[in-house]
Amino acid sequence: MAILVDTDTKILVQGITGDFGSRHARASLDYGTRLVAGVTPGKGGQVFEHGAHRVPVFDSVAEAARQTGATVSVLFVPPPFAADSILEGVDAGLDLVVAITEGIPVMDMMRVKAAMAGKKTRLIGPNCPGLVTPGTGENSHGGCRIGIAPGYIHRRGHVGVVSRSGTLTYEAVWQLSQRGLGQSTCVGIGGDPINGTSHLDVLKLFNDDPETEAIIIIGEIGGEAEEQAAQWAGEHCKKPMAAFIAGATAPPGRRMGHAGAIVSGGKGTAQGKIAALEAAGIAVAKSPATMADTLIAAMKARG
Amino acid sequence: MNIHEYQAKELFQKFGVATSPGKVARTPEEAEAIARELGEKDIVVKAQIHAGGRGKGTFKNGFKGGVHLVKSAAEAKEVAGKMLGQTLVTHQTGPEGKVVNQVLVGKSVDIAKEYYFAILLDRGTSAPVVIASTEGGVEIEAVAEKTPEKILREPVHPLLGLQPFQARELATQLGLGGALLRPASELFLALYRLFAACDCSIVEINPLVLTPDKQVLALDAKFNFDDNALYRHKEIVALRDITEEDPREVEASKSGLNYIGLDGDIACLVNGAGLAMATMDIIQYAGGRPANFLDVGGGASKEQVTAAFKIILADPQVRGILVNIFGGIMDCNVIATGIVAAARETELKIPLVVRLEGNNVAAGKKTLAESGLALTAADDLDDAARKVVAAIGAAAA
Repeated sequence: MAILVDTDTKILVQGITGDFGSRHARASLDYGTRLVAGVTPGKGGQVFEHGAHRVPVFDSVAEAARQTGATVSVLFVPPPFAADSILEGVDAGLDLVVAITEGIPVMDMMRVKAAMAGKKTRLIGPNCPGLVTPGTGENSHGGCRIGIAPGYIHRRGHVGVVSRSGTLTYEAVWQLSQRGLGQSTCVGIGGDPINGTSHLDVLKLFNDDPETEAIIIIGEIGGEAEEQAAQWAGEHCKKPMAAFIAGATAPPGRRMGHAGAIVSGGKGTAQGKIAALEAAGIAVAKSPATMADTLIAAMKARG
Repeated sequence: MNIHEYQAKELFQKFGVATSPGKVARTPEEAEAIARELGEKDIVVKAQIHAGGRGKGTFKNGFKGGVHLVKSAAEAKEVAGKMLGQTLVTHQTGPEGKVVNQVLVGKSVDIAKEYYFAILLDRGTSAPVVIASTEGGVEIEAVAEKTPEKILREPVHPLLGLQPFQARELATQLGLGGALLRPASELFLALYRLFAACDCSIVEINPLVLTPDKQVLALDAKFNFDDNALYRHKEIVALRDITEEDPREVEASKSGLNYIGLDGDIACLVNGAGLAMATMDIIQYAGGRPANFLDVGGGASKEQVTAAFKIILADPQVRGILVNIFGGIMDCNVIATGIVAAARETELKIPLVVRLEGNNVAAGKKTLAESGLALTAADDLDDAARKVVAAIGAAAA
């Protein structure tokens, strides 16, 4: 069993009729993901067609979940409506809401997070590539692809990947697949300062997952999430790990693309994060080109 | 986005945060009129630029100091005339300085004591927090380091906001009790309203002062606004002063590119923020110096790549370019075609190293190889960084 989602997980897409949402809904259907419903308020009753696929569109998440049994939502709705869409998924009692949307005001996310306290729904993102549990078919076909990651780069296997960045996740996955190392689940937690699921949350899930035998954790400047994950891993995680931290050359006080990627008041530096990871006994790749090789070396060192 | 002191004062006035009287002037005559309005006594004229150290700065015309106390409206006019349109150099502006387009004419305030007071979004708790200290007028980081017990931290409930009892407690702990309790706590609550209503990520009053006649005033503040929320704050967007920003960054934002200028000589063009940061890092790791951060987004269309090349090439320091694209969804051949077209359109003359990986990469590499352009293909990230560093070394020799 992978983490969070498996190949039989049924997902729905909030914003399926938009340009971005429809493009990635099609890619997920092509990958063999069980994408069973779409939600666009006012377009209920329409059908989202793609090849032989006919996906019903509903006016509300609750109705879509009730009628199709979907337990996970992925949302592509524009930033001004994203907070409402997340809360709608929470209210519908979904297990997981994955917010791909980039550019949600941080005050909105602060309020969403406070409103989600005590609810069963987990949020991943926002501003994230989503997650993939690879399938066992050719080029990992038949997997659960939620979001915008390229499905074909994955292979089903035993390495868990968690990252704030999309393209760096793909780099790590690509390197692993090229070296014959498959993945259990790859999770992009997003580049915003306030997100639903942290590095540490995912690390704990990987640690408890029998299918996951090794872990790559990818971080970047800003905040202290990597430091917290490192400290916990040093004390509790027995699986071999490798890490990479982006942004060692980023100037202080400047936001590097991601809203959360900023060094402020001397906090959140790449150097500090690398030191915390190394102190926890985690092998840190010096270059993003060597993320997989660093993990392989760590796995060998553990025998 | 930063705002000027006079704009901070206007925001204070709008939200009822107690501050000293003052207005902005864009001509010497306006400065004279405001000074007269303020009673011609204890007037200060302050150059408005986005940099600290103004008081000790020097104008390129030789006039000393960007902050002057004046004794009459005529003197306010004269001082404003020496500042407006002139370039002020301070320890924060760099030697090129900043042109002063407006001055703040205000009442100078006698200060009995300075405090530190800030509201910011705390990532760790996903909630706002108030940071306050009796040790104002000094580096707050230094206070936190040496005397952490002098830093007050009051967490704010994300849905309820700062409560009046919390504001009173903060005032009391800062020693602003008794007759000062009400005005101080009202100032804090008004500041929180401003913080929440304007989608700020940081408001730092600098300085918060107590005057000898027992007024609590916020004199100036540093604001950070959440870029993601600007769509619902046209009034904040209007405060932006693009003459204070890096023109390359202004140009890039028009093309939907995420660009940050640095001071090295190897430009990079990358898709994805994380990979863009990592690319800067490996350039340095290979012994080079990155000239910029540039994220063309997950897609990287021909138009975006062309716009990115133009912005990169507008930087005279750039001596080589590293393109690093992981084509996940995008077809590498489409990206390669875009790179070739952009290089042709911009008549590229400096070394270009391209590293492509991902979907349909073989066809993409073929397109690059057959383009007839003097570009170098790289196999992986490390190889790409080494090649671009070597290429600018060779070009310089």
